[in-house]
This record gives sequence, structure tokens and C-alpha cells, in this order.
Amino acid sequence: MEPTTAPTKPQFSPAAQAEIKRLLSHYPDDRKKSTLLPVLHIAQAEFGGWVSPEVQDLVAETLGLRPIEVYEVSTFYTMFNLKPVGKHVLEICRTGPCMLRGSDELTAHLERITGAKVGETSPDGQFTLKEVECLAACGFAPVVQVREKYYESLDTEKNVNAMLSELKSLVHRPILPWEETGLPTSLNNN
Amino acid sequence: MGRKLLTEHVNVEGIETFAVYRKHGGYRAVEKALKMTPEEVVEEVKKSGLRGRGGAGFPTGLKWSFLAKPEGVPRYLVCNADESEPGTFKDRFLMSKLPHLLIEGMIAGSYALGARTSYIYIRGELLYVLRILEKAIAEAYAAGFLGENILGSGYSLDLHVHPGGGAYICGEETALLESLEGKRGNPRNKPPFPAVQGLYARPTVVNNVESIATVVPILNMGGDEYAKIGVGKSTGTKLFSACGHLNKPGIYELELGVPVEEFIYSDEYCGGIWKGRELKAVVAGGSSVPILPKELILKTAAGEPRLMTYESLSDGGFVTGTMLGSGGFIAMDETTCIVKNTWNFSRFYHHESCGQCSPCREGTGWMEKVLHRLEHGHGSMHDIDLVVSVAKQIEGNTICPLGEAAAWPVAAAVRHFRDEFEWHVTHPKEATQPGAVYRGNMVLA
Amino acid sequence: MAKITFDGIEVEVPDGTTILNAARKIGGGIVPPAMCYYTPLKGSGGKCRACLVRVAAGSAKDPRPMPKLVASCITTVQDGMVVENTTSQQVMDVRKGIVEMLLINHPLDCPVCDQAGECDLQNFAYEHGVSTTRYEEERRTFDKIDIGPYVQLHMTRCILCYRCVYTADQLTDARVHGVLGRGDASEIGTYIENTISNDFSGNVIDVCPVGALTDKTFRFKQRVWFTKPVNAHRECGHEKCSGHVTLWYKGQDVLRVTARKDEYGEVKEWICNECRFEKKETSDWVIEGPAHIDRSSVISANHYELPVINPQVIADLPESTVRELERNPPLKLGGMSGSM
Repeated sequence: MEPTTAPTKPQFSPAAQAEIKRLLSHYPDDRKKSTLLPVLHIAQAEFGGWVSPEVQDLVAETLGLRPIEVYEVSTFYTMFNLKPVGKHVLEICRTGPCMLRGSDELTAHLERITGAKVGETSPDGQFTLKEVECLAACGFAPVVQVREKYYESLDTEKNVNAMLSELKSLVHRPILPWEETGLPTSLNNN
Repeated sequence: MGRKLLTEHVNVEGIETFAVYRKHGGYRAVEKALKMTPEEVVEEVKKSGLRGRGGAGFPTGLKWSFLAKPEGVPRYLVCNADESEPGTFKDRFLMSKLPHLLIEGMIAGSYALGARTSYIYIRGELLYVLRILEKAIAEAYAAGFLGENILGSGYSLDLHVHPGGGAYICGEETALLESLEGKRGNPRNKPPFPAVQGLYARPTVVNNVESIATVVPILNMGGDEYAKIGVGKSTGTKLFSACGHLNKPGIYELELGVPVEEFIYSDEYCGGIWKGRELKAVVAGGSSVPILPKELILKTAAGEPRLMTYESLSDGGFVTGTMLGSGGFIAMDETTCIVKNTWNFSRFYHHESCGQCSPCREGTGWMEKVLHRLEHGHGSMHDIDLVVSVAKQIEGNTICPLGEAAAWPVAAAVRHFRDEFEWHVTHPKEATQPGAVYRGNMVLA
Repeated sequence: MAKITFDGIEVEVPDGTTILNAARKIGGGIVPPAMCYYTPLKGSGGKCRACLVRVAAGSAKDPRPMPKLVASCITTVQDGMVVENTTSQQVMDVRKGIVEMLLINHPLDCPVCDQAGECDLQNFAYEHGVSTTRYEEERRTFDKIDIGPYVQLHMTRCILCYRCVYTADQLTDARVHGVLGRGDASEIGTYIENTISNDFSGNVIDVCPVGALTDKTFRFKQRVWFTKPVNAHRECGHEKCSGHVTLWYKGQDVLRVTARKDEYGEVKEWICNECRFEKKETSDWVIEGPAHIDRSSVISANHYELPVINPQVIADLPESTVRELERNPPLKLGGMSGSM
């Protein structure tokens, strides 16, 4: 893999630094490495939805780790995007229960209307399609996750269109301080 | 309608806030626990017969009693909220709707185990639930249920939520601990077990969200009372995640012992199979447990009605039975292609293998490729035996149970639906038509 | 101390000893193979599953069998434990399966691999594998990466034993390589182009059980079985370097320098990169004599050792005869001329 390089050395915003400081207080002083996953999430939110090698080096420096310790982890966990992504990353669940209720058709449909294949970003830079495994929303299949929000029961064109128009209207802004996305509506069915 | 011990107040407006939760009897279990000795709390959980709700079904009280307690060494309670077993979505539901129930269970459990810092490890995809939990934790601190000297008892506890990064394997408890330490989610060799060397090599108990939440009703009603609910060794209530081709998928809290047939067809529960179709097969406890055809999920081999209990679902062993697992109940209608579904599950385990030990790293990929070939009409009869043989070579020979989780669904699918696999070999053209389905194995009503 | 029975042979070892090391104490053909475990590397073992054995009785106190086969390299003995390795058909069958798993994505490029002849995977496959494959799929490949002037990385041959990662962690203070990715896409790498340039980085070559990490300065120079191993040492200025090495000769040329390995392929004394890569003249070294090569090794095929004389026999010889024997050994080493 050849990660794309960004030109300047990135820096965490003051809000992110404060959040990292708070996280560090959750673990013993000699266990700073424990904050690696949460800090990678912050980094990804701060720097355009992906973690470049420079951003990962910043994470290493912030936590006093060797860069390879960060690379080993960022490449293991699937949530970290190692290449630039579009404005919205559509994470489409493809696992059994979603497949039974039409995730294949949903993926094909999203490929058609966004113009991006799975693993690609649409020509307008709006959408990156990513297939993921079970998102723990099997009862409301098929499901797409975009950032922190779950879009569920996407087996009708109406629901898919509602998701896309909501996403298109979203103004892209840094996620810190943490935005609240609220409950997926379908969770209220019980 | 059975009793609901966990979700009784789930639809109360504002139940996710401390004030409303408290008004509906919340945190009584903590108040009660703090007046007991830690040993007495463990004893109540033992008496309740509660079995781990994450999938393995190990008795929770027994697990707690194994915790090593060396002088001067901190111990930890870690909540496993890495829910990612396909078909399972109960913990996400519980945490987002009733965050204080989990927090209350964490406080009581931590007290019982003597933990002064506890963590909830939640899968990274559920960052929005993490925020719900953090908000609720802040409320609990403000109300004096967390922090220094809780309710003047002298007991202090800090509770933190920790996100994962996208890895099913972190649901395995030692991989979870590695991940919590900021490492790759590689399961550890055991022994030593977490009860002796867990988080930061210190004694640790890892429990599923639902197990910890269940401690609350157990303490409220007493372990003996709790144990009266259910059937035999399957005590209490359990959350089931119903999904697949059901009319009413969702989360159901059942007293253990409801007949499977009633669960599927009764309007009180899943309301039958969607679109008026026939049931073909069920994966009853999350994707890793053996699939059963309709006739074996509704009735045991002896013709007894199968019940939603640990014992009844596993009746017949793996020959004619399955497992209750995590309670992820996946129903498949008559149009389902078992070969495709098996390949899909196999792809999942291939994708999620950590890659540390050779049978799982190599075997999961191999199985996926052979199943892909069979599903797409390029397989041979020999491939059907091959994939079972590879599954057998993985099973029992790996560091962690992901090996079994990957092997069981494949072996079971061939065991019960061999004719459908063979049909893919003998009729490749028909089998690869869109929407094609083999019906030779259907037991039509 | 704990007494265990291994393949019917009793052995007594200190508490805390692993089953594998207890078997090694017995020695010979009953010792389980180990592809990832490496005694000097803390934390190694448990991954390859080559050493799985059956515990027929857990201990004297609790004689129940263990439900699954266990990795003998990380499972400690209990007094009264009964272990089956070569005497268990189940173990032999599983081991055959492990060989198969390790080989399905291996390139089998032994004819062009520098490790051939001293490859643990080759030996393991020869002893426990079958000569055909059931794997029809395309084998896994990786993008090639350059990790510096000394060490050649062939990721396709890697079995992910993690030994090189532990070596870098435990011998050096700035590990730059690790295991990246997940599952069967895991690879040894540096992520961003980076040179492994620590003074002790060359040791990863010696610990690698396969041809994934080989010596660039020896690359394609000679098949190992055409070279002659000779033990030698020098005063090395590096405090952590033992200076005890094996020189691999072809004619009068030192083609490569390695650390010394014991009969289980383990390095007990690490060496620095200067000794390994920069000292390739006989005059750099004090020669000790031919290195012992196991008779079963292909390397011994072109190479003769001095006969080992029974110490009891030597004790009975007159002192002058012993001195004479030391001055003029009865056999000359083939290929080694008088210049050394």
C-alpha cells in the first residue's frame, strides 16, 4: 500500500487536545497507549475523515509511542481510513442478516446513483462507498452507517433517498466538540 | 406475556436520563449492594444461575468467584460492549435506551469484585452510544453514584467508556483487553486467564453488557427469586435479537423457556415469516452457531418442542441441535440460498480473523474461496467435502474461539443442506440465475 | 520439580517448564516442531500451532485429559502430566493439517530461495506434510518493499511467526517494522518506506524460520549446502555483541556470517551488524573449528566432520598422543585448504 502524503505537519486543534487530555486521565499514567484507539478516532474526525501517515505520526508523538505502534493498530482496525475519502463515507453492511434483506441490491443501487464503486469515491467527491461487516443493527436491515449515524431499513427507495438528501444538506464541519447524532428512529419499535 | 426485568421501563419517556431512571426504581440495586459485603453480592449472582449473555453461557457468579485478589494489586471489571456477532443487536439497544441500567450493573459488579476503576469497551461503530453512556455516567457522578465514597459507603469507583476501532475479534475477551491497552486485537494465549492476568496484567473480569445489566434485577429481587424464572439451568430472562425474514424483527425480552415455534409465529413476538412465506432455516444464536432446518429448530430430534433455553437449543449436540449463543436469532425464508448464506458468513470470518494463528488465518480464507466457487457454479462434489475438511482442521486448533465460530456454520450448513450444495454443483446454470433457489430440501406445510 | 510422561518417556523438569522444553530435555525424534516459538524471545510462541500435543492427563491431582490439543511451547508442565505427541494419531493428523495451512499460500519457491536447506518450513513439510496440494486458488502475494541494504524481505514466504518483531522489540530500542494489516492480509512491514538500520537488525535474519528475511549480502551467492560452516569469534567492540559467530565458507571465501544456532535453530548469543555484514575476511576472525551440523540436515551432505572421539578413550591415551592428535587431526576438511 502506498499512503498518500499530505504537505504540512498536522496539529490537533485546542478542542481535540483538551479531549485527549481528558482521555489520558482515564488510564494509569504508564498506560498512555490505551488511548490510542480513541485518539485515532479524534484524529480521523479532525483531519478530513482519514489518517495519513503524517497524522498517524502526530498521534504517535502525542502519546509518546513509536510510529510503528500506531501503524500496526491503524491497519488492523477497519474504521480507520488510510486513504483520502469523500465528504461522506457510506459504510454498507454486507453481512448475512443484511444480505437476507437486500444489502446486495442496496449496494448496487448506491453504486448506480453515486457513480462510485465499492472502495471508490464518487466523481463529485460527495460519497465514498465502503462495505463493512455486521453493524449490530440486523433487525433493521439493510443498514448504512455514515460517520456516527445509522441509517436503517434501507430496503425502500424512499428511505435511501431520504438518507442521501439529508447527507447532501449537511454542512461539513469538524466533529469536535462531539456532535450528537441522536437515536436511529427504528430503535423505537419495541 | 412474560415478565420483563431489563426492559420493563424501556418505553418510558426520558428513561435515558438519571432523574427518570431513578424515579422508576433505578439505582436501588446499588443502594442495596453497598449495604451488603462484596462476597454477599457475588453469592446472589451465583444463586441466580445467571449465565453469560455474550454467547458462551458461562455462569457469571462462578466467573466472578475465580477472580484473583492479590493484596495491593488493582482489579478491573471490563464490560464487553463490542457487540458484533452477526444477528445480534441487543446490547446496542440496551445501552442506547437504558444507559443507566448498564451503569448501575457496573457499579454493583465493580463493588462485588473490588474494582476501583472499570471500563466499558464499546465497539467503535457505536460512537453515538458511547456519547449516550458518557452523558449518563456524568449524571451518575453528579448524583454521587460514581466517584469518591459512593453514597457515603467508603467505596469509590471510576467508570470510563472506551471505543474500539472496528474488529469483531475484540469481542473475544483477551483480544478486547489487548485492544483496551491500545494494541492490535490479537487474542492472548491462555492460561493465564484474565481472572489472574487481564488488563495491564492485573486480575480482570470481562462480562457482556446484558450480563452486567441483569445483575440489577438479580439484586433487586434476590438471586433465589431470579432463579425461579425460566427452565432448569436456563434461569431468568434473556434478550433475543430477532432478524432476517421475520414480520416483526427487533429485540424481545423473553423468560427463558418460550417455545421456538411460539417465538417465531406468535403475534406477541416475531409474527411469523414475512411475505406469507415458509420458514426454511434458523441460525438461533448468532452467526457462529450451527444452522438448523425448519423441522429441527421447531422440534428436537426426539420430536419434543424446542424451547428458547440453553439446554433445549443444544439438545442433540451438533448433530441435530445448535446453541443459544448470544441470542441472535436469524430466520431464513424459503427463498434463501443456504450456499450463498454460508459463503457470506464465511467471508465474514475470513475478514475478521486476526491472522495470528495459522489454522484460522489460512483456513478461513480457504473456506471462503471454496464456498465462493460453489456458490458461483464453479465447484465440484469434491469441494463440498474439502470445505468440511478445512473446517475440521481449524476447529479446536486455534488460539481463540474464532476458529470454531468460523468452522461450525460451514460444517452445519453442509450437514443439513448437503443436497443444496450438490445442486449447485450439478446445476450450475440454474443455481447462478438471479433469485434461483433450491427447494428440494423444503418441508412444506 | 515436576515429573511428566512424554510419549511414554518419563522426565523430571523444574516447575514452570513448558511441555516443549521438557520434550527437548528428552531430545530426539519425539520433540515437537516449533515454527514460531523461540526460547530467547519473550512472548513468542502459541501462534503457528505446529507444536500442538495431546495432554492425556492434566496432572497427578487432576488426571483428566485436556479437552483440546495444547500448544506445547507455551503450556507449562504439571506434576504427573501425561503428554502424547508422536504416539497420538490425532496429533499427527492435526500436524499434517497445520503443514497444509502453512503451505497453501507459501510460494514454494525453494529452488530460488536462499533459505532452502536450512528452512524450518521445508523440514516441517518434509516430515509432516503430503506431496500434493488440495489448494487450487491463487496464492497470496504482496507488494515488494525495500527495508534497507542488509535485509531482504520476501513477504510471500512469511508465516507470521512474529519472531522478527519480538527480536526488534527486545534487542533494539527503535523498532520500525511490525505486523500490519489483519487476517491473511497481515504482513511484516514498515508502513512508510523505512530502513531497518539498527546495529542489531541483522538478527531478524537468523530468527526467521523461513526465507522471508534473508541476508542481502549473501543473496543468490551459493546454496547453503555447498558452503562449510566454521565457528569463529572476534573481540567485538559492541557491548551487546557476543562476537561468537559461524562463518560460511565456499573455498577460501567467507560468503556469510551468522550467529550460532543450537540444535533447535535458536540463537543464544546475538551478534551485531558489523560482525555479520562487514567482517568477511578470515583474518577478521579467530577460527575455532567446524560447526556441528545435524546429520539429517542437507547441509551435512557435502561436508564431513572430524570424528568425535569418546572422552573416555581420550582419557586412556598417553598425553603425548593426545597432543599429537590435536596438532594433526586424522581427517582434513574437504574444501578447506591449509591457508586458514
